[in-house]
Amino acid sequence: MKKVELLTVTKNRRINKEYVIIHAASNEKLPEIFPGQFVEIKVENGPNTFLRRPISIHEVDESKNEIILLIQEIGEGSRLLAKLREGDTIDLIYPLGNAFSIPSKGSKALLVGGGVGVAPMLILGRVLKENGVEPHFLLGARSKEILMELDNYEKIAEVGVTTEDGSLGIKGFVTDHPLMNEKLGEMEIVYTCGPDPMMRAVAKKAKEKDIKCEVSLENLMACGIGACLCCVVDTKDGHKCTCTEGPVFDTKELKEW
Amino acid sequence: MVNLGIDLNGLSLKNPVMTASGTFGFGEEYEDFINIDDLGGIVVKGTTLHHREGNPYPRMAETPSGMLNAVGLQNKGVDYFISDIYPRIKHYKTGIFVNVSGSTIEDYIATAEKINELEHIPGIELNISCPNVKEGGMAFGVHCPSAVAVTEAVRKVYKKHLMVKLSPNVTDVTEIAKGVEGVGADSVSLINTLLGMAINVEKRKPALSTITGGLSGPCVKPVAVRMVWQVFNAVKIPIVGMGGIMNAYDAIEFMLAGATAVQIGTANFIDPTVTIKVIDGIKDYMTRHNISDVNELIGGMIIE
Repeated sequence: MKKVELLTVTKNRRINKEYVIIHAASNEKLPEIFPGQFVEIKVENGPNTFLRRPISIHEVDESKNEIILLIQEIGEGSRLLAKLREGDTIDLIYPLGNAFSIPSKGSKALLVGGGVGVAPMLILGRVLKENGVEPHFLLGARSKEILMELDNYEKIAEVGVTTEDGSLGIKGFVTDHPLMNEKLGEMEIVYTCGPDPMMRAVAKKAKEKDIKCEVSLENLMACGIGACLCCVVDTKDGHKCTCTEGPVFDTKELKEW
Repeated sequence: MVNLGIDLNGLSLKNPVMTASGTFGFGEEYEDFINIDDLGGIVVKGTTLHHREGNPYPRMAETPSGMLNAVGLQNKGVDYFISDIYPRIKHYKTGIFVNVSGSTIEDYIATAEKINELEHIPGIELNISCPNVKEGGMAFGVHCPSAVAVTEAVRKVYKKHLMVKLSPNVTDVTEIAKGVEGVGADSVSLINTLLGMAINVEKRKPALSTITGGLSGPCVKPVAVRMVWQVFNAVKIPIVGMGGIMNAYDAIEFMLAGATAVQIGTANFIDPTVTIKVIDGIKDYMTRHNISDVNELIGGMIIE
């Protein structure tokens, strides 16, 4: 069940010049949250941040009833969120959207995240592992300086890295990595979230090898609950709401993918 | 105890707070957050005779204290509404209005005739003011003769409460209001969105796929209040006021300007519980001001 709730910020940690990680605690037991779901955050202060911001759930800490969010400072809304301090409250509507599918036990899965699109991959990797699936992370960034801290991912599985400037891992795009090439055939499923051109390139490679591919779309949204019909994506069954029928779509459902 | 009940030209609503079409789905989308039965009324998503896919993405742009939309009446058509949605929502103990739109007068008539048969739908809101469709919609609502013609035609076949939703994109809104009143509209609702536009300066591209779209949110409120006041002074039928209502104060402002009821739209996107807060806030205001009947607020602005 979706709810609107004030949570308390317990931690807001800057991990590099572009990203912060916010921990927000609920007074109640968290509802069940699935990998791929998101929250709509209300950003206070200012006419230019009128609507809520949809943000992927990065991880949850059930022992502390905390939701963990990865925020990239890209506009006025995210800049204000990055300034939140311990003890501040944030107004969230959550949990929203569908979830990534979980393949059968013993299969291998490739989780490809680029930029802030790495956010849902952490919770997904953990849940896959708990379900007996073997996750492989592949994270891409422009440069080492803005790549996520890798420890959390490495605790779960092997992490492949690409950077556009070659400052860490393989130089180039995620699609240049062996995980997207020689090793791709071993995968039961490929999940991807990140910039649109990256997701399309990943989806194309998966399609060539006839591997199921799920993408998490970041369409502009107003309500987040399927009322406004603003965030639609063109599917083979007509327009669907990214907020309720997504954000995760099997690329086979999408038109022009 | 305060009385919140209002009379919309013979149709009783338990309170003056309704939801605006296109912002509240079919009510179901909000069931996790509020009890729909607590509302005075809901106006469900714009319905047309045939299925419409709506406009391409992007359909929305955030603007200072508001937003532009260009959804374009995406809906599965009136037959789908009757077969699939109506059975799920007819139990709501609130005034359910269907917002009816069309490309031709014949479309409006055919859709209204079908809705007329639905026992638990006490009224329709005739949408002659949608700015996001190429044919019909606002084209009917910005000229008096066509606004009158479509209202008159629907009036002949639709036997229940006929609310007509007016466009603010006109020189004189009172002319249209008087026109539709003259051919049998039971009430008017206003304002629909204001025609607007935004450009992504970095990309030098329009923010919306349709280039122009409908502006809503608090940025339009003063325009809406002004129009409600003008229409209040021009017609005798009740007015349902809307445009940027975010809280009880805003709702009361519309009532003081002459609205019998209000619709809350864009605010639902920011706070899905806002409607209930507005109802509670109106009660608090009445208690503080020793007002026992909400009807005392209608047109209650004091001019010295």
